[in-house]
Amino acid sequence: PSPTSSPLCHPLVRAGQALPEKVKIVEVGPRDGLQNEKTIVPTETKIHLIDMLSASGLSVIEATSFVSPKWVPQMADQVEVMKGIGRKPGVSYPVLTPNLKGFQAAVKAGASEVAIFGAASELFSKKNINCSVEESLQRFDEVMRTAKEAGVPVRGYVSCVLGCPYEGKVAPEKVAHVAKRLYSMGCYEISLGDTIGVGTPGSMSKMLEVVSREVPVNALAVHCHDTYGQALANILVALQMGISVVDSSVAGLGGCPYAHGASGNVATEDVVYMLHGLGIQTGVDLPKLMDAGAFICRTLNRKSNSKVAQATCKL
Amino acid sequence: MGNVPTTVKHCLSYEQLIQDYPWLKRWLLEEKEIVPTGVKIQLIDMLSGTGLPVIEATSFVSSKWVPQMADHTDVLRGIQREPHVRYPVLTPNMQGFQDAVAAGATEVAVFGSASETFSKKNINCSIDESMLRFEEVIKAAKERQIPVRGYVSCALGCPLEGHIEPSKVSQVAKRLYEMGCYEISLGDTIGVGTPGSMFKMLQSVMNEVPTNALAVHCHDTYGQALPNILTALQMGVCVVDSAVAGLGGCPYAQGSSGNVSTEDVLYMLHGMGIETGVNLTKVIEAGDFICNALRRDTNSRVARARTL
Repeated sequence: PSPTSSPLCHPLVRAGQALPEKVKIVEVGPRDGLQNEKTIVPTETKIHLIDMLSASGLSVIEATSFVSPKWVPQMADQVEVMKGIGRKPGVSYPVLTPNLKGFQAAVKAGASEVAIFGAASELFSKKNINCSVEESLQRFDEVMRTAKEAGVPVRGYVSCVLGCPYEGKVAPEKVAHVAKRLYSMGCYEISLGDTIGVGTPGSMSKMLEVVSREVPVNALAVHCHDTYGQALANILVALQMGISVVDSSVAGLGGCPYAHGASGNVATEDVVYMLHGLGIQTGVDLPKLMDAGAFICRTLNRKSNSKVAQATCKL
Repeated sequence: MGNVPTTVKHCLSYEQLIQDYPWLKRWLLEEKEIVPTGVKIQLIDMLSGTGLPVIEATSFVSSKWVPQMADHTDVLRGIQREPHVRYPVLTPNMQGFQDAVAAGATEVAVFGSASETFSKKNINCSIDESMLRFEEVIKAAKERQIPVRGYVSCALGCPLEGHIEPSKVSQVAKRLYEMGCYEISLGDTIGVGTPGSMFKMLQSVMNEVPTNALAVHCHDTYGQALPNILTALQMGVCVVDSAVAGLGGCPYAQGSSGNVSTEDVLYMLHGMGIETGVNLTKVIEAGDFICNALRRDTNSRVARARTL
């Protein structure tokens, strides 16, 4: 690897490097998290979880997904959830919309922000949604146009940014290409996802270096999976490179769909603990967040994936 | 290289070493059954074959206090010593040191704390008193040309005192270094540290002890170990303690994780292009072996992901 791309040697990436003062956390537990849990959760439970998360100070909570319930039965109650949650002023509740039909249903149910996604891997795109990356982006053209007219902001997700379960290595240039496309199409923010958690500070810094040449760093977010325990280290490097938006899931809900039993999403509690330890403001009340995590784990009858939640010794 | 900062020079000219400390003493305190000597020996022999340069084999603490280490002499005599591997052992006092030498130890370690309260509770004496004990050991070790490693516990927080001032850590680290320890391992005993506190603490210690004589020993109780290690690496530290399969719970938090897993550390280091000389697959195998023997799950996320 070139000396300038290692996070030890990158001229910008040094310990003590000025980090963002504030980081926005995008809480994906109720959608990405619950969608990938084995147990299907009742509507009231989802609503209560989202309400608890709203009370913890989070400013963005991904509430549900308007994908057809045929494909994602866990999100079949999308309309009831949208209508049932308490909308805290100042908090955004984006929803996933895979196509125009989903977008229209989302808006009808009261959504005021949506998200679309593309993959940085051709094979992943074909296997997952049965079309090439370019075709998938074209499908979103309609959604983007309609959203623009309706004044609805759109967030873009790119998956497989640090590796693909089918292709293996993914070129940073491919990630940059897809991120740039989504950004030029009108997405206000692009969340770069390490879908199978294989990334390390090495591949994260290389990828961000390339992507930040095409998309302004203040429009980028990282969505790290902790399948190989690398999430927090990867997030730290991203912060050092100017990223100030981090996706995470309360209690680390949502396993890795490609490695049965492996962990998936990084736990919001663990991210917040690190950020607060760095003196970075998040607006989140950690004890209240932990209450929300404890609630959903009790309901799912499972242990939290958050190490902060598991630790019982307190300073 | 001109204006290239020190950190860059380090990563281009020094080989990053990773040191593995199975922490047999610590994790066995949490295991209900005492692990048979044969299993310990087999674990160490497997680790010797992975490329790890340092493997902490056992502890010469009195078996009255740590019954799980009662077989320390048998372990040290029973392992196959790989030519390029070192096998340090813990020696809390002169008695332990003499027993260790008699059993064939060629490197020892002493254990100080940055917290007075922790020192009193753990080893029944103040930090100063403990330093006097170690001075004896270090003197005797010097005469025999046996290198001594120094540990400082509670470097980022104490279960009893709470916040620990970085200056206290540097004081203790400096003392151990000046007494003759060749390397000081700074331990986040309860895993409460974050890159923020790690940075501040290392900044302070690096004023008193040369960076190339420092190591970090991070616990993963709050999931912060890898970002803390990354911070240390970025500051020029190139020695990292870890435990295969993340064995050894946090003794102060029932059910919490403790030591960071060697497998997870290696995965990160290799992903960053840092050389360790260690074969990750073989470490995973050693981890599988000991977890089977202990009938427990691994704490390593890499090991879990790889076996799925």
